[in-house]
Amino acid sequence: MGVIASERDVERNVLTTTVDRIVAWARKSSVWPVQFGLACCAIEMMCTAASRFDIARFGSELFRASPRQSDLMIVAGRVSQKMAPVVRHIYDQMLEPKWVIAMGDCASTGGLYNNYAVVQGVDKIVPVDVYVAGCPPRPEALLHGLRLLQEKIAQGQRETVAPRPPATRAP
Amino acid sequence: MVRQLRQVWATVKGLGVVGRYLFRRPVTVRYPDAKPPVQRRYKGRHYLTLFADGMERCVGCELCVIVCPSQSIFVRAAENDPLAPHSKGERYAADFQINMLRCIFCGFCEEACPTGAIVLGHDYELSGYTRESLIYTKDMLTEKYPGESGRDPHREL
Repeated sequence: MGVIASERDVERNVLTTTVDRIVAWARKSSVWPVQFGLACCAIEMMCTAASRFDIARFGSELFRASPRQSDLMIVAGRVSQKMAPVVRHIYDQMLEPKWVIAMGDCASTGGLYNNYAVVQGVDKIVPVDVYVAGCPPRPEALLHGLRLLQEKIAQGQRETVAPRPPATRAP
Repeated sequence: MVRQLRQVWATVKGLGVVGRYLFRRPVTVRYPDAKPPVQRRYKGRHYLTLFADGMERCVGCELCVIVCPSQSIFVRAAENDPLAPHSKGERYAADFQINMLRCIFCGFCEEACPTGAIVLGHDYELSGYTRESLIYTKDMLTEKYPGESGRDPHREL
């Protein structure tokens, strides 16, 4: 009797875990980034999408101009205080599941710009999944970061969703 | 008639370009499988180098800390024990950290170092899931064996 019960358990669990794995595989193989760059890191990001490095080999060739159609935000470049609400707005417009790569030093920590004009790390405004170091990172380094993100997605880790900031304006 | 011929010629010409590129080798580098070599003086992650006898080069002078434009280096120096010295100077670096997410890989630390202890290597795969994981400590920065970074361990400076 115990054997039958455990068989049933296995059946149920194996099916769901397999489906989870297929979903994770599908998600990780088609991570579409937002077409969105802020500074010099964006040049390297464009180079990554071009034929020499060809981010399409990892399923991320479609840089969508609309945040509604994209899964990944590559924050490429320094985020000034004035740009921060815009970045957050784009992040909020993306549909879940969504991921963020902080590309380069400035997006990750503020980098060289340790001053009042620049957000000291984009994780102050959006949850970041992968940090890529470099100033700017080589296209290979960005691909390495993307592969790290794909590993994270493949492991089925839930995307980190930041709590929405409290509304400041009256409706 | 002339217009139609011109259109046909344009098509043929365009297909000629396609045909030329069809038989060329693709320009794509197959990055994760084959890493293209970087330039000889490429500035990647840092190494703290050792002498051939395993003694540390760093004498804890903190000149790299002073020169670093993004303040990414932290050094805590300590006095050497004369009987069991870590370095060939009076002091050594008891703790040495570089925040890779602050560092802009300018190489000023390498230029400022009076003993040639700090060397920028060729590794550029610096990504992580947390900010803390990219603060490299002394254990991670010190080369595993003398000469790993490419610097001659027998060189005095």
